[in-house]
Amino acid sequence: MRKLSKTTYNNLITYGIIILAYILVQILLATGSLSSLMEGLLVPLCTYVILAVSLNLTVGILGELSLGHAGFMCVGAFASAFFSVNMQGVIPSDGLRFFLALVVGAAAAGIFGLLIGIPVLRLRGDYLAIVTLAFGEIIKNVINALYVGRDAAGFHFSMKDTASLNMAEDGQVILKGPQGITGTPGDSTFTVGVILVLITVFIVLNLTHSRAGRAIMAIRDNRIAAESVGINITKYKMMAFSISAALAGVAGVLYAHNLSSLTATSKNFGYNQSIMILVFVVLGGMGNIRGSIIAAVILTLLPELIRGVGDYRMLIYSIVLIVMMIFNWSPKIRAWREAHPLFRRGKRGEEA
Amino acid sequence: MGFLSYLISGISLGSVYAIIALGYTMVYGIAKMLNFAHGDVIMIGGYAVFTAVSVAGMPPGIGILVAVVVCTALGVVIEKIAYKPLRGTSPLAVLITAIGVSYFLQNAALLIFGSGAKSFTSVVNVPPLKLAGGALTISGETMVTIAACIVIVIGLSCFVKFTKSGKAMLAVSEDRQAAQLMGINVNGTIALTFAIGSALAAIAGVLLCSAYPNLTPYTGSMPGIKAFTAAVFGGIGSIPGAMIGGILLGVIENLSKAYISSQLSDAIVFAVLIVVLLVKPTGILGKKVSEKV
Repeated sequence: MRKLSKTTYNNLITYGIIILAYILVQILLATGSLSSLMEGLLVPLCTYVILAVSLNLTVGILGELSLGHAGFMCVGAFASAFFSVNMQGVIPSDGLRFFLALVVGAAAAGIFGLLIGIPVLRLRGDYLAIVTLAFGEIIKNVINALYVGRDAAGFHFSMKDTASLNMAEDGQVILKGPQGITGTPGDSTFTVGVILVLITVFIVLNLTHSRAGRAIMAIRDNRIAAESVGINITKYKMMAFSISAALAGVAGVLYAHNLSSLTATSKNFGYNQSIMILVFVVLGGMGNIRGSIIAAVILTLLPELIRGVGDYRMLIYSIVLIVMMIFNWSPKIRAWREAHPLFRRGKRGEEA
Repeated sequence: MGFLSYLISGISLGSVYAIIALGYTMVYGIAKMLNFAHGDVIMIGGYAVFTAVSVAGMPPGIGILVAVVVCTALGVVIEKIAYKPLRGTSPLAVLITAIGVSYFLQNAALLIFGSGAKSFTSVVNVPPLKLAGGALTISGETMVTIAACIVIVIGLSCFVKFTKSGKAMLAVSEDRQAAQLMGINVNGTIALTFAIGSALAAIAGVLLCSAYPNLTPYTGSMPGIKAFTAAVFGGIGSIPGAMIGGILLGVIENLSKAYISSQLSDAIVFAVLIVVLLVKPTGILGKKVSEKV
């Protein structure tokens, strides 16, 4: 048998972990040992994993700090929910409709990523971060002020209220400003979520180990050197940024079809959410896809797992976050870990 | 007169943003980190005044002093515990730790004071000014806020320019290693910066809550993020830049609320920021950084 290369071996472990986790959850579900709260968390868990992996493409592999990832998720969620609500009677097959909704959501978010990327990627560092944050907030704000309805004459748009849509009597208001979209079909299941996670991981891992991926990492490591050996910086930056946005759109589709009513609040699509995704990426290790997955799972489950401590759980969550960051990054603790045989072995295992 | 009164309340809001932005800008300039917990220090300042004045019945002046002391101590402690161990590592790691601190402060306030909004009694005791025969009224809070902003900006500029510790701050922000070699106490300077930034946050908290008297554990987060925007807008690291950025932001926000759409005002503020950064990528007063190849 041909010996597998180190990267292939590593990637297979990542896929294996996801599939094992899936089987484990299915067993737990079958034996009924999962609380309904945990069961409700399964689809959001997949959403967060996809978001973390896709943001890792921008932050870890392209090396640009983006604080607007939830904005792309928002675009994907609303575009696909809009599509699904409109097509509910037209496309008979639920599976086909959801697949098309996925395509619509990913494409919409990808196009937004491209449009936003053109101006944004000219900036660098913290300036880029604040502009992506600004774009995320703009997207959320505009959707909250947008009203869309449909009647026999076609679509009607308004930025004011439902009444100013001027619709015929049989018209149906689809997007109601701050009230969002209601009646989205609940197509998202845990199985669909895991399949999407696998696809996302597959896309990101293969991109990273392709020629394009190496070009992207070269730009991250030294922009000027990369440019001087003939790498088209704008092209590869745009490529990474818009793929990352499209994958966030996929997460948005999954999110939207898990809820019957979709609203854009600062909690689900605001900068807080973008920062939460960034926490997954940094804690898991920048550029490390498996780390992002694990961090997203742990941090999503943590508040539920420590539910027993009641009101203190978010306080404990924040302390755990700070302690983990200091333990992982502090130069002094790192030096101590190097010297300590127990941790040194663990560290080698991570790097292998 | 409508326009003028919107403009003045915009300047007042912008002055609050400017005071918060000063804290962001100074910490960024010296520690090279985005202190995401800054907005929550404002909230703590608000609660400190609320407790001192409304609960313990102290006079407003003492209440403000209490808030300043509490926030200064808090800022220094946060720096010591959460940020100092990470000095010299990836700025992103420090950023995430700052987010952790921000969650911690919000949830601690949530546990201590509850999630319900506290109605804050204004600590400003200045009668409103009536101009043009009563057609234009400027509230006491507005005047005090604007005056406080001007005093703080002038004071801070003088401090940085003329005092020894101020010059040390400039030196550390320019080149930390060289400053250390010249015998500047870098750790002490960074701690001092956090202390000043947090004291400013306390003042901003008092002014913010006097003008908008609803105090919740999340009061600080949106003004915090807008002030950060303002700091970038004016050119991060620059003291006059933070003031210009803050006031412009407040004016744009208030005018678009009044004349375009109250729902879209945040979107308009951020859109203006994007346009400015595309034309001037380092903000209005930001220094151009040339790259060495």
